[in-house]
Amino acid sequence: MATFRMPSLGSDMEDGTLVEWLKAPGDAVTRGEIIAVVETQKGAIEVECFDAGTFDRALVAPGTRVPVGTPLAEIRAPGETTSEPPPATAPPPPAASPEPPPAPEPIAPGPVAAPAAPSGTRLHISPAARRRAEEAGLDLSVFAGATEPIGLAEVEARLSGAAAEAPKPEPLSEMRRAIAAAMERSKREIPHYYLAHDIDLTDLEARLASANAGRPPEDRLLPGAVYVQALARTLKKYPEFNGHFLDGALHASDAVHAGMAIRLRGGGLVAPAILDAQAMDLDQIMAALRDLVARARTGRFRSREFAAATITLTSLGERGVDVMTGVITPPQVAILGLGTPARRPWVVDDAVVPRSIATLTLAADHRVSDGHRGALFLNALARNIATTEIP
Amino acid sequence: MTEIETAIAEELHKIAPDIDAAQIDRAEDLRDECDIDSMDFLNLVTALGQRYGLEMPEAEYPQMRTFDDLAAYIAARVPAG
Repeated sequence: MATFRMPSLGSDMEDGTLVEWLKAPGDAVTRGEIIAVVETQKGAIEVECFDAGTFDRALVAPGTRVPVGTPLAEIRAPGETTSEPPPATAPPPPAASPEPPPAPEPIAPGPVAAPAAPSGTRLHISPAARRRAEEAGLDLSVFAGATEPIGLAEVEARLSGAAAEAPKPEPLSEMRRAIAAAMERSKREIPHYYLAHDIDLTDLEARLASANAGRPPEDRLLPGAVYVQALARTLKKYPEFNGHFLDGALHASDAVHAGMAIRLRGGGLVAPAILDAQAMDLDQIMAALRDLVARARTGRFRSREFAAATITLTSLGERGVDVMTGVITPPQVAILGLGTPARRPWVVDDAVVPRSIATLTLAADHRVSDGHRGALFLNALARNIATTEIP
Repeated sequence: MTEIETAIAEELHKIAPDIDAAQIDRAEDLRDECDIDSMDFLNLVTALGQRYGLEMPEAEYPQMRTFDDLAAYIAARVPAG
């Protein structure tokens, strides 16, 4: 019997709410099949099962919020007989994840700006007081340095005082909190270095326009698909920019799961991945990109699309700005940005001519690569983008 | 709204449920008014092209700049019904 657990869909995720079961007891389950929908800070996510067999029984009912790692269901292996009849009430989920993902440690404990509490001193606060503080949105750091245990009375005193002082600012939305957690960790742990290089996209744009002229709208290509394909091709030679930095080491990935930064209407952004981009042709990448953007507007993502991204690409599109300096999404080790192309004076064959120029940027993790390799990588990527042949 | 305008409003709503065609300035750039990017616009053109059997080539996108432009572009190419 295999256990299906609440997955971790990012280093910043602590818990999730089961929204819906897509399987009922007795249903067959194949490896990689989507069996549940989970609500997280990133929105509703479809979760795959990595065991094959039969859905035996659910351990958690829809609407329940549980920590990462909590058993959600049992999957019977092929040939395995059914379990004993389920108890009248499902066992309560464990208070904490049985195997919490190891928190990656910074290589050197650098100075951290404004710690919430002096390191080494742990706040003594009663569970009821902590719960009350959380409900009221009271930041526990206000008790930093307290020598006496904090009880309900202390929290209430703070709350009435705070209420009298000033209107409380609106707490961050779940989405903003997820972004804040990932970006804070990135800037705390990852020593970024930054490179930029201009690309002449004039010829590529002409090739795209001529290919699209013969294609119906549903088959047309956008430059974004070309960027992803060129990136996947280039990473083969530069594996140190593709993968995850975990437990003090780079785990380079053969597969390129290209995280695409997509802004959400109403604020925030997500970066779900085009999985196995290295194995796709241009049309397949374009279809995957269309699908991701459509689902970013209205639908759902799949769990693997977040957990698996090995590198991120931000394309500012047609209405953006010239240059963007990226912040790496942990545990990835690089992020690329492509600015909005603009007509600029450019030297071609000793003559200044107007060309369509865009600035390509790389932010990479200095623990695993250096500026020299970064420059070679960026040059190769720029060349591959500019020379991509359009079928 | 004409049938074509209703169709455009419907397709915009499918692309992003928060777009309300009644709220946008139809004489302004559609992408700015609806805050949509090139992928959204391509999806809009794809949907309208299929609906009306039109090719809507990329070279003619400048004729589809605003909501009103787009409606006029389609109206000129489909038989009035």
